[in-house]
Amino acid sequence: MKFTLYVWRQKNQKDKGKIEKYQAENITSDMSFLEMLDVVNEDLIQKGIEPIAFDHDCREGICGTCSLTINGIPHGPDKGTTVCQLHMRRFQDGDVIYIEPWRAKAFPVVKDLIVDRSAFDRIIQAGGYVSVSTGGAPDGNTLLVPKDDAEEAMDAAACIGCGACVAACPNASAMLFVAAKVSHLGKLPQGRAEQKQRVLSMVQAMDGEGFGNCTNHFECMKACPKNIHVKFIAKLNREYLKTSILSEKS
Amino acid sequence: MKRDAGIPSGPLHQKWDKHCFDSKLINPANKKKYKIIIVGTGLAGASAAATLAELGYQVETFCFQDSPRRAHSIAAQGGINAAKNYQNDGDSIQRLFYDTIKGGDFRSREANVYRLAQISNHIIDQCVAQGVPFGREYSGYLANRSFGGAQVSRTFYCRGQTGQQLLLGAYQALARQIHAGKVKSHSRTEMLDVVTVGGKAKGIVVRDLVNGKIEIHGADAVILATGGYSNVFYLSTNAKGCNVTAIYRAYKKGALFANPCYTQIHPTCIPVSGHYQSKLTLMSESLRNDGRIWVPKKKADHRPPAEIPEQERDYYLERKYPSYGNLAPRDISSRNAKEVCDEGRGVGSTGAGVYLDFSEAMKGLGRKMIEERYGNLFEMYERITGENPYQTPMRIYPAAHYAMGGLWVDYHLMSNIEGLFVLGEANFADHGANRLGASALMQGLADGYFIIPNTVSHYLAQVKPGRGNTSEPEFQQAKEESEQRIKKLLSIKGKKTAGEFHRQLGKIMWDDCGMSRSEGGLKKALASILLLREEFWKNVNILGEGNDLNQSLEHAGRVADYLEFAELICQDALDRRESCGAHFRVESQTPEGEALRDDKNFCYVAAWEFKGSGKSPTLHKEPLNFETVKLTQRSYQ
Repeated sequence: MKFTLYVWRQKNQKDKGKIEKYQAENITSDMSFLEMLDVVNEDLIQKGIEPIAFDHDCREGICGTCSLTINGIPHGPDKGTTVCQLHMRRFQDGDVIYIEPWRAKAFPVVKDLIVDRSAFDRIIQAGGYVSVSTGGAPDGNTLLVPKDDAEEAMDAAACIGCGACVAACPNASAMLFVAAKVSHLGKLPQGRAEQKQRVLSMVQAMDGEGFGNCTNHFECMKACPKNIHVKFIAKLNREYLKTSILSEKS
Repeated sequence: MKRDAGIPSGPLHQKWDKHCFDSKLINPANKKKYKIIIVGTGLAGASAAATLAELGYQVETFCFQDSPRRAHSIAAQGGINAAKNYQNDGDSIQRLFYDTIKGGDFRSREANVYRLAQISNHIIDQCVAQGVPFGREYSGYLANRSFGGAQVSRTFYCRGQTGQQLLLGAYQALARQIHAGKVKSHSRTEMLDVVTVGGKAKGIVVRDLVNGKIEIHGADAVILATGGYSNVFYLSTNAKGCNVTAIYRAYKKGALFANPCYTQIHPTCIPVSGHYQSKLTLMSESLRNDGRIWVPKKKADHRPPAEIPEQERDYYLERKYPSYGNLAPRDISSRNAKEVCDEGRGVGSTGAGVYLDFSEAMKGLGRKMIEERYGNLFEMYERITGENPYQTPMRIYPAAHYAMGGLWVDYHLMSNIEGLFVLGEANFADHGANRLGASALMQGLADGYFIIPNTVSHYLAQVKPGRGNTSEPEFQQAKEESEQRIKKLLSIKGKKTAGEFHRQLGKIMWDDCGMSRSEGGLKKALASILLLREEFWKNVNILGEGNDLNQSLEHAGRVADYLEFAELICQDALDRRESCGAHFRVESQTPEGEALRDDKNFCYVAAWEFKGSGKSPTLHKEPLNFETVKLTQRSYQ
């Protein structure tokens, strides 16, 4: 297979950046999208052109490192799939493919297709945890969690923190990411105790990082490689509203 | 140099308690005067960082990923073992201990493994308290599944994403400490060297991967939790960034490297499909709970699997190991897969594959149940291969997966360099010559949450706080060496990419130092590695600058270390003229073709000391003394 690639190249955060055209040759349908880029990069090196920088690590769809916008769609055309699990059999021989980084104010480009997602870390630091120190936890079975609750918590906890939701959202909102963590911990008895503070702190951190608000486009759910449901955003809104109205602080 | 394992005296079950009681403590108010550096933020590193910060130490963490949450622990699928005996099926600390010792083919330390089994139960409790969403029964109680090498059901899980959830638990605990200002986290930062002053570890040299700056950091203790080195095989189940650099650099600074040849080949991975392949994907071992492994009885039988009648199929694991069947330990399952493929009975276009068949389970349990148990794994398989495993059996083949070997540590998890501690997969201690499934998560978290807080305190209590001092000349010297090395790499400007060298090295290692090893093959590999390394330093081509984000340079630096380290693996494999666990020497097998240990001559830990470039390393032997366990020929029949 052969492809024509239009790839975003940007030397560093200050550089303006531009699209460059490359040819991808000798590609087979069993290659993953990133393996296709590996082949292109080896070819570029042989030609004396600096290879395209892109983030990737586990290449099995769980670490959340890879982050490419392909033909305008974060993680590409397959639903519920990260770029590293997208395979070239999904494309037609001769296709033209546009490859860009995540686009969001809160995710500045570091180089080429690599962006800085440390804003997500800071949101978790604001309250995305149960405040328990190591030692002294009671036997795991003293705390019963109904199976359905555990399953729903897991549905939300499956988030890999890749940021596709932000890249897909016209407002560059991080609501799905925040909602997933708030819903995961809030669904479990361990997490209920500090849920109010968590919701307020995480939402405040999210706003502080420059992410936009949710206006119900649901593009985030469509782009999410783990199929995290927008119902969690509704839950987040409910929890936030309840907390801010009832809280004496507000 | 300290090489005593430092195992506490007394009965096995009291050693850890005795150790904790005998350890020196530091007054809570004084803890904040001590600084600890932790390299790597996977299960071991993140859990250690969080816990040590909770205790009051100043902690700095370093990881090459863009966030601590992305460390490769995240990819562990199946589960984590603990001796809770919630199933009332005869489990106990003693049994988990024995299964692990036996699974490791009697090549691990009794005291370490017993401690691991004791701590296993606390890990589950801790993780539940953190909000890890473990699988539950309808009653609300914790659920368990079975794993290879055990006849009890003791594995706790979060669907097929147990590693992810445990890592996120540790990452969140770490985030809480970062927020509290007790941990400073450096991401996109790679460790290039350990700095020792007066024989003690006092800091590290790192490269900021965004701007290329080489920096030095000082501390009172350095903890390496930098994972395993299976990427020496190029194709492995490890993430692309996993590397040996941190522990190999420590080895070159004098830390002993133990049992490097103990490398685990995981039996259930998706087979290679072409030369461009960049990694191999593991399908959780939990699939072997319900899937049946088979190949055709006839050689080169190219019929589609559905057309091969039952009597013409060879369920070779069930046939050879009736009591464990498809749940035989990893080393045995892998070797048997290779054996049937070498006989010409392999399946798929390359002939390097065996079937993992769910048709019977689908009939018995129904599609819904199978979907619930393995849905995400089946989807992943279909995405990668384009085949639907609900309709046709999966094809699997072994792939390099886990390194049981690592830096030598004593009972305190301290290397022979004082103040240098090594946790998780990066150390060698607990899995012997073969790790059982669902034990890596257990070990990483035991080391980080429960062992290191005790042992590092004991060490620091005997050290004057240095307050992160980096004024000693050793720091500057180590920094300059790292800078020189990068300059040298960039100045070669040859014709081959680092990736090409890595692929070539991987092939050498897989062919002659993989699932079976022989004297002739290993000697051949050693000769080829030497040539390849020489070529690398003359002909590698790295574009771009050193003071910039440069992924080719990062990769080249790691490949350069692999090209030296590969020699150490082969040397160790050559020296150990017995078979044990994952290390299979063709010269040493039973008449049935099983690994044949030689306890008389090889019941020791092989700890290698670096003696300078181009010189042979020195072998130190730590004898393994078994006080309670009787060494037997491992049998899973």
